Amino acid sequence: MTEGAPFFRLDWVVDNLDMLAQRTAEHVVLTLIGVGFGILIAFPVTLLIHRRRRLIGPVLGVAGILYAIPSLAVFGLLIPVTGIGLVTAEIALVSYTLLILIRNGLAGLDGVAPEIVEAATGMGHTRIQRLWRVQLPLAIPVIIAGIRIATVTTIGLVAVTALIGQGGLGFVIITIGINRFFPTAILVGVGLSVLLAVLADRGLVLAERALTPWARAGSGEG
Amino acid sequence: MDFLAEVAAWFTDPASWSGRDAISARVGEHLALSGVSLLAGLAIALPLGLFIGHTRRWAGAVVAIANVGRAVPSVGILGLALPITLQLGWGIGVPPTLLALTVLAIPPIVLNAYVGIRDVEPELVEAARGMGMREAQVLRRLELPIALPIILAGVRTASIQVIATATLGAILSTGGLGRYIVDGFARQDYPRMFGGALLVMTLALTSEVLFALAQRAAVSPGLRGVPDRLPETGAGLAV
Amino acid sequence: MTDSELAPAPAASGSVVAFEHVTKRYGNGPPAVTDLSLEIRAGEICVLVGPSGCGKTTTMKMVNRLVEPTSGRVTIDGADVASLPAVDLRRRIGYVIQQVGLFPHLTVAENVAVVPRLLGWGEPRITERVEELLELVGLDPGAYRSRYPAALSGGERQRVGVARAMAADPSVLLMDEPFGAVDPIRRERLQNEFLRLQARLRKTIVFVTHDVDEAIKMADRIAILQVGGVLAQYDSPDRLLATPASPFVEHFVGADRGLKRLSLARVRDLPLERPVTVVVGESFAAARQRLPDGTMWALVIDAQQRPLGWIAAHDLAGEGRVDAAMATPGSTLLQPESTLRDALSAMLVSSVQLGVVVDEHDAVLGVISVAAISRTLQDGAGSPPP
Repeated sequence: MTEGAPFFRLDWVVDNLDMLAQRTAEHVVLTLIGVGFGILIAFPVTLLIHRRRRLIGPVLGVAGILYAIPSLAVFGLLIPVTGIGLVTAEIALVSYTLLILIRNGLAGLDGVAPEIVEAATGMGHTRIQRLWRVQLPLAIPVIIAGIRIATVTTIGLVAVTALIGQGGLGFVIITIGINRFFPTAILVGVGLSVLLAVLADRGLVLAERALTPWARAGSGEG
Repeated sequence: MDFLAEVAAWFTDPASWSGRDAISARVGEHLALSGVSLLAGLAIALPLGLFIGHTRRWAGAVVAIANVGRAVPSVGILGLALPITLQLGWGIGVPPTLLALTVLAIPPIVLNAYVGIRDVEPELVEAARGMGMREAQVLRRLELPIALPIILAGVRTASIQVIATATLGAILSTGGLGRYIVDGFARQDYPRMFGGALLVMTLALTSEVLFALAQRAAVSPGLRGVPDRLPETGAGLAV
Repeated sequence: MTDSELAPAPAASGSVVAFEHVTKRYGNGPPAVTDLSLEIRAGEICVLVGPSGCGKTTTMKMVNRLVEPTSGRVTIDGADVASLPAVDLRRRIGYVIQQVGLFPHLTVAENVAVVPRLLGWGEPRITERVEELLELVGLDPGAYRSRYPAALSGGERQRVGVARAMAADPSVLLMDEPFGAVDPIRRERLQNEFLRLQARLRKTIVFVTHDVDEAIKMADRIAILQVGGVLAQYDSPDRLLATPASPFVEHFVGADRGLKRLSLARVRDLPLERPVTVVVGESFAAARQRLPDGTMWALVIDAQQRPLGWIAAHDLAGEGRVDAAMATPGSTLLQPESTLRDALSAMLVSSVQLGVVVDEHDAVLGVISVAAISRTLQDGAGSPPP
């Protein structure tokens, strides 16, 4: 970096709006795939361990291990097997979301008051009906809290996938920003990433509110 | 299977254990980077978190910091540390990495320290004050022991973050085990890359196990089941 | 309770529920329910009552198979409940629990509609039924239909719970301390309203409570269970109180057995005494003429025969007219439907130990005294149990 050059170059941002928009879009897609598959895997696993409690320890243990291994190491371990590409990146991203999604899913289901579950059983719901009509709707707030955290975390991690050739804002931060000593790109990349995270989080909060109309009721004497 | 043999070969090759790129050297660098920044982060974040948890002041700021910390990609922090250290004349390589790692270690420790202290039952605190304990004593003898498991959980989270980002420090030309992965990838030397990844993974899991044991040891026999991590409720982003 | 035996009862819409040598054991421990055999007649309320650990709730749950018997069988209208799939069985039985268990994410209408929906009823039929039931339990459908449980008071929730249990018109209702979670005043109202409902619908009800007084008030027959689910006595409340079958029953019902029997009788069952009355506006002289010798007090009433208070005989000396301000209030006002027990409680805390009985327009019908109630106590108690 040359001495005397301005730290932040707005003109570069303006010149490269197209590229930035494209990278942001890539970032969003990578995130959606990661969180999407994370939910797809976590959902049945949660239902399974909710029913067979003995599996809770092992499943959370495995998820915890996947969570603890740094993403770069995961790439290093996967590339010889799955090559360099989207699949490797997504496997790493998905494995991070599992711990939080499963933990929150389980907590949400376990958090439904026992007398409600008993009433549902006593009234003649089958197990599946009880799950779909009573337990899952009531577990929504905790489940969505988990999705929020998983989404925000994933948005942060997508940046690292730039190291193995994926795009997204990581490309802006690392390839343009760090490797070429260009602070403006770093700032813009980070800024956009944070913006995405905030938008995703707020969006999910709104979704939760839309899905739980009963949560705003409370006005009785209890 | 051939591939694994190559990996094993890399580990056993004496050349891998000598010179600047030696396994022992890299592991040492990684441990040093992680350890120093974790300690530095603790030194800053722990007193801060304890203070805020005890006095309940600036709690909103704490939550905001933690939330933002979760949203900013660690790569971004690394990247931002670089121009800062350059401006300050500290150079590239280790200084920005240490700076970034320290900054990253702060949010989980502050948050957990704050929540751990805050959640000590107020009646207990009142009783302690009523018995004549000074504020510092209340903190040290009552709140801290009770909050210890949660605080340790925060340090555990910070440790994972730090170890992971120290790996990424390779992109700033720092040392550490990330070098094997990044260099291996660049040169298509996959056994080296895989070996480095294995080492990082071992380091991370060892940290997890050690902290898990520490948490268990830290819980006084009198306290019943305390969650081993901060329960992730809907904190999310509070922007 | 005595009324229902006198007036022609509407046809029962309930089933006969029978326990045949039912035993329930958990693991190797002592049994929770021991060789229980009893038959609940159609349209009756059978109250299961007993101390903690007597297996009353376990017994009730064996009817809808939330608990399965270790041996013996439970039948409804002669058919073993085990012969149906549990889910189908439960949709035909109403189930009310103490904490109500309303689904917080459904509106009141949706809550009530749960079982009909499970049974596949058509929407129009469901809507109509929900309206009907909400009115039945005293909640205005227009106002309550779209509310969520969180916005309801405790008493309102209990009512919705009862409506929900009756939605599919089951022939058997299971109620586990259904009114336990509200305060005593509300509980009494809910009990009274439920009894009125039952008088119309005559379902077969298995009702669990730990409160002997509630049992006496609600039951057609009471089954007293001892720890381990041993049946101590199964009788109507009247016979239970008059002739307890064992020291355990006697002790459980309470030493105030005689007093409890007062709950079975009503004010209108007693002969009312005629008080001496003076009307507002009457002259003292006229009043004095009507007073029998030795009368200490007279009841002041207005033109509509409503009681205003008491006036002492010696205050009627000399000239003057009876005025409302001269009346000293202090008597409890009682209605003919009030139980003797409630009457006695009210009278004992008032300053005048005479209760004035009034009709629905508040006009005086007569008075009763604590002494008269005591006499009923002694007559009713009869000879000590063998």
